[in-house]
Amino acid sequence: MVIKVLTGNYTVAEAVRLSNVDLITAYPITPQTTIVERLSELVEGGLIKARLVRVESEFSALAAAYGAASCGARAFTATSSHGLLFMHEMLWWVAGSRVPMVLAVVTRALGPPWNIWNEHTDFMGQRDCGWLMAFAENNQEILDTIIQLYRITEDEAVYLPGILGLDGFLLSHASEPVDIPDEDVLKDFIKPRSQPYNMCSDDVLTMGNLPMAEEAMMMRYDIHKSIEAAKNVINEVDEEYRKLTGRSYGGLAECYRCNDSKYLIIAMGGWVGTMKDVCDELRDEGYDVGVLKIRFFRPFPHEDLVRAISGVKGILVFDRSASLGSLGHIHAEVLARAYMLSNKVIVKGVITGLGGVDVGPKEVREIFMRFVKDVDEDGQIDNISEWVLGGG
Amino acid sequence: MSSTHKLPISRPAIGVVGKTGYWRLKRPEVNYVKCIKCGICWLYCPDSSINILGDPSKYVEVDYNYCKGCGICSNVCPVKAITMTEE
Ligand code: SF4
Ligand code: SF4
Repeated sequence: MVIKVLTGNYTVAEAVRLSNVDLITAYPITPQTTIVERLSELVEGGLIKARLVRVESEFSALAAAYGAASCGARAFTATSSHGLLFMHEMLWWVAGSRVPMVLAVVTRALGPPWNIWNEHTDFMGQRDCGWLMAFAENNQEILDTIIQLYRITEDEAVYLPGILGLDGFLLSHASEPVDIPDEDVLKDFIKPRSQPYNMCSDDVLTMGNLPMAEEAMMMRYDIHKSIEAAKNVINEVDEEYRKLTGRSYGGLAECYRCNDSKYLIIAMGGWVGTMKDVCDELRDEGYDVGVLKIRFFRPFPHEDLVRAISGVKGILVFDRSASLGSLGHIHAEVLARAYMLSNKVIVKGVITGLGGVDVGPKEVREIFMRFVKDVDEDGQIDNISEWVLGGG
Repeated sequence: MSSTHKLPISRPAIGVVGKTGYWRLKRPEVNYVKCIKCGICWLYCPDSSINILGDPSKYVEVDYNYCKGCGICSNVCPVKAITMTEE
């Protein structure tokens, strides 16, 4: 074990090194670029025995990784923002053909107007492609989740690709101490490459031929069932990893001080760290509040949510993305589940932090106090989905 | 490798209309002296009608029961070892 001070992006590269990746495709885009820069140094220095292919676009980055992965290589690539949008069609191909691989998405706003700062809209735009979607809170979790994602995606119950999201700049360019496990510790955890079929074997086959309508629907259903099946695999892998390294993230979601809480804050990504700090302060001041961190957005942790919200009076969901004309992405998920259980709980969504708008402890506290006042004094909220624009 | 998933893959099989070789107007003939055993014709044949025998004197063989005479193999052969002759 060694502790290194690494940026989020360099942590991604370390995780790729530890995961025995065979093929990396590289195309730059801010704020992702230092991931593939660092990987190319590691490959050049012989520290990763992988082939690094420089491609001419993000579409090609995923297409090339996909081709190699369908031929038996453990593959990795990374992108952000518009690069991810350009990749979008390929995401469907990779998931639809059931080829496991891992993609790091360093989240960034989408233009216009041109903006390189953080928000989660690019990540959320991939919601329905059939990829597993995880998100990290800090650099240590980046490392551990990428290593785990290779295991989860290559599990035969799953056989689907996976995304790890990390906040642009807030994590990608922020340095934190990261505990790097010895290769020895992970020796049995990192398995040989596994996938449902191999396009480059003697077994001559075609992928993606025209099916009958019922077969096409059956295949989509199988992806849905496999994402559901991934829940068990995620929990088991989290537990196995804990035994090796001492670190666990609760599987799909982490409940922070949410036992016996009257209020629950729900969010995903780097700002959950801020919310935990605010939660500690509020607990000291006598508020019964907890934080539920969404670690996997797909599969969505419905069971964890159901457990966490029983007995809760008010839920405050923070989204760094919005489905324009509707709600924040996480808010919509939480609302649907919460009201299936009970129509008494109040679920408010706050959309903030878009375009890089800064959300610190002060903002979280203000929003929370306003929510508590509405719930406790009026027993209702005026605005179920509020945009907090910042700069006030 | 096997899997219980519903996968979007298919393997070559005999078509439902049976032996379609009689549709052919032109017939690919392989010149085994010229053939350099690259397998490109096998890869390109849209009807999987070329088999690799691997035999030094007869590396590939056209299955005339199914070959429809499209001429793709003749086009892609890098040494022009396949000629299309009238049936
Ligand atoms: S002529 Fe066409 S169908 Fe016949 S073997 Fe050549 S490529 Fe195949
Ligand atoms: S493409 Fe031409 S050279 Fe290559 S195997 Fe076929 S006949 Fe032989």
